[in-house]
Amino acid sequence: MRFAFTDDQLAFRDAVRDLLAKECPPEVVRAAWPDGTDAHGARKGEGARADADRVAKVWTDLAEMGVLGIGVSEANGGLGMAEVDWVLLAEESGYAALPHPFVETTCVVAPLLDDTDDPHDVLAEVLAGERQAGAVSLTSALVPWGDAITYLVSIDRPQGDGWVVRRVQGGLAVGDTADQKRTLADTVDAGRRVVRLGAWQADAGFATGATAERAFDRGALGTAAQLVGLGRRMLDLSVGYVAERQQFGVPIGSQQAVKHHLADAAMALRFAAPVVYAAAWELATGAPTASRTVSTAKALASDAARLTARQALQVHGAIGYTTEYDLHLYLKRAEALSRTWGDAAWHRRRVATALGI
Amino acid sequence: MDLTWSADEEAFRAEVRTWLETELAAWRERHGNRILSGDTTEGFAQHLDWERTLFAAGYAAVSWPQEVGGRGASRWEWLIFEEEYYRAGGPQRVTQNGIFLLAPTVFEFGTPEQQAHILPRMAGAEDLWCQGWSEPNAGSDLASLTCKATRDDERGGWVLDGQKTWTTRGAFCSHLFGLFRTDPESQRHRGLTYLLVPLELEGITVRGFGRLDGDEGFAEVFFDGAFLPDDALPGGVVLGGVGEGWSVAMATTSSERGLTLRSPGRFTATADRLVELHRQRAKGDLDPGLRDRVVQGWMKAEAYRLQTLQTVTDDAEGRSAGAASSFVKLWWSELDVELHETALDLLGAEAELDDAWSKGWQFSLSGPIYAGTNEIQRNIAAERVLGLPRK
Repeated sequence: MRFAFTDDQLAFRDAVRDLLAKECPPEVVRAAWPDGTDAHGARKGEGARADADRVAKVWTDLAEMGVLGIGVSEANGGLGMAEVDWVLLAEESGYAALPHPFVETTCVVAPLLDDTDDPHDVLAEVLAGERQAGAVSLTSALVPWGDAITYLVSIDRPQGDGWVVRRVQGGLAVGDTADQKRTLADTVDAGRRVVRLGAWQADAGFATGATAERAFDRGALGTAAQLVGLGRRMLDLSVGYVAERQQFGVPIGSQQAVKHHLADAAMALRFAAPVVYAAAWELATGAPTASRTVSTAKALASDAARLTARQALQVHGAIGYTTEYDLHLYLKRAEALSRTWGDAAWHRRRVATALGI
Repeated sequence: MDLTWSADEEAFRAEVRTWLETELAAWRERHGNRILSGDTTEGFAQHLDWERTLFAAGYAAVSWPQEVGGRGASRWEWLIFEEEYYRAGGPQRVTQNGIFLLAPTVFEFGTPEQQAHILPRMAGAEDLWCQGWSEPNAGSDLASLTCKATRDDERGGWVLDGQKTWTTRGAFCSHLFGLFRTDPESQRHRGLTYLLVPLELEGITVRGFGRLDGDEGFAEVFFDGAFLPDDALPGGVVLGGVGEGWSVAMATTSSERGLTLRSPGRFTATADRLVELHRQRAKGDLDPGLRDRVVQGWMKAEAYRLQTLQTVTDDAEGRSAGAASSFVKLWWSELDVELHETALDLLGAEAELDDAWSKGWQFSLSGPIYAGTNEIQRNIAAERVLGLPRK
C-alpha cells in the first residue's frame, strides 16, 4: 500500500505547472474569449487580453513537452504512460483553465486511438499538436473548442448499457475542417468556444465494450481532475483576496463567517482529490471497481468545485461579480465542467447501480 | 502508487476476521445475548469483559509495541483491524479515551517508567481513563480553565480544587487525565500542567448524569482540596513538564480530531449497512431521492477511506498532516450525522423506535460538538492550513 505519486510523476506535474503559470495566465484564458457581444447584446468579457497567438502557443508547447501523447504507447509516438501519470497534469490544466481540449485530446481520444490501432490515421497529427481532437459524451451536442476540432468522436450508450465510440463526420455547423468558419454558440463560459453539433450520420462505431467504457471513464476522470484544479485556483484567489481586503478596519479573512466558507470549500476539495487519484490508479491497473471510483470522483469533484465557486464568489463580494476580475473565468469553467462527462447526479446513479441499489 | 494490500496484510485481515467472528459470538453468548450500552453500569461490566478478551489475544491496541500490551502492528494493519472490527459489528470501546487519547501523549511525553506502568494496565482495562478537560465555563475556550493544582512540597504532591464536566464515562472510570492550573498567577495557555489523577482520592466526587442519548455517559468531577501525591503512580503524576500542560495536551487533540479516534472503518461499515438498509426498504414505497442520499453518504465514506490511505502514506514518509486533522474531524463528524439521518428517513415512522440506527443517530449528534466544536475546527483549518489572518 502506498497512496502517493512518484517523484517522477510529481516532477512532470511541476514542469507542466510552471509552463502553464508562465504561458497560460488569466490574460491568455481571456484571449480565447471571442470578441463582441452575445445573443442578448451583452459584452462577452473585459480585462487585459493577451495576443491570440499566445493561446495557440500553449498547445504547441504542451505538444513539444510530449504531454499530448502521455497516454499513448511509445510504439505509437507517445510517452507510454497511464492515467495515474496524467491525472495531475489534468488537474494543472484545470488550475490554469487551459483554453484547449486537454481532456478530450490527451486523456480520451489519443489513448483511445492508441487502443484501437488508430483506425482513421490521425494520431500522429494529434500528438504533434497539428490536429485538435474532440469528444462528446452522453448525447451532448455541444463541442467545446468546436471551431478548432478536426477529429471528433462520440462516446455513448445508444442502447442504454453498451458503450460505443463512433467517429462523428458532418454535423459541425460549417464543415469538418478547421479552415472553415464555424459558428460559436453563445455560452456562459465563452472561452470554451462551443460549437453546436448538428445532425450527423452514425455508424456502428470503432470501439465498443470495455474499450469504449474506458474512454468514457478517462473523460470523466480528466474532467474531475480539472475540477479539483479549478477549485484550488478559486480557493487560492480567495485566500489571497480576503487577507488583503479590509473592512471594519480588519482583513475580512479574519472574520469567522469568511473563514468558515473557505474551510468548507477547502474540505470538499481535500476529500475529492484522493478519490480522483485513486480512480486514476484503478483505471491504470484495471481494477474491477474502476468505473465506480471514477463516478465517485466525478460526483464529488463536481460538487466540490461548485461549492468552491459559490464560496469564492461570496467572499470576494462585488469585485468577484465583475468580468474585469479573474474569478469568473474559473467559476464559469467549473460550472460547465461539473456537468460535462456526466453531472454529479448522473454519476451517483452509476454508483448506485454498481452498489446494487 | 499501489492501493493493494500485501499477502501478509491480507493474512492479518483473515486472521482478525475469523477471531472476531468467533469471539464476538462467544462474548454475546456469555451475556445471554443481551448486550447493553457500555455507558450503563451493567453494560459497562459487559464491555470490560470484552476489552479483556481483546487484550488477552493482543487485539486491545494492535499498533502498540508488544512490551506494553500491543502486537507491534503497522499503521496499515491497524486500519485493517478497524475495518474488520466495525464490519463485524464490534462494540464500542469503553477503553477508548485512554487508548486513543491519552496513550499517544504517554508515548510522546511519558517517562519510560510511566509508559511501563500506564500503558499495559490501560490496554488490559485494569485502569480506565477519562478525559478531564472541559469545565462548566471552559468548553471551546479551553485555555480559560480554572481547575487548580496547588503545590504542597511538605506532603509531596498537589492539592486539587475545581470542577470538570461532560466527562465521558467518568462515572465508570478509575483515572482521569486532565489539565490543571499549577501557576496561580498564570493566564490562558501558560501555567497549566497535564496531571494523571486516580479518581479514588479523598476529596474527589464523581457524579454521573444522562447524555442526550439517555445513557449515564457523562460525569462531572468535583475536586475539593483532594491531595494527589507525587507517587500516586509509578513515574509520577505529571505528564510532560510542570507548566507544559498546554503543549502536551495539544498533542492529544490532534489524535482526537484526526485519525486515531475515528478510523474510516467505522464509517465505511455504517455506509455499507445503509446500502443494505436501502436494499431492504426498497421493496416498499420509497422516495427515490433517498437512493441519492444513500449513495452520497457511501461516497463520502469512501472519500474518507481514501484520504486516510493518503494521510497514512504521507505520515510514513515524513510528510505530517499537522493542522489538517481539523478537516478530518469536520468530515467524519458531519458524515456520521448524514449517514444516520438518511437511515432514519429510510426507516420512516419506525425510526422512532429504539434500535441501532436511532441510538447511533443520537450518538452521531455529539460528533460536531466534542473533540473541539466544528466551529473551532473551521477556524483552525482556515488559520493554520489556509493561512487566513487571526482575529
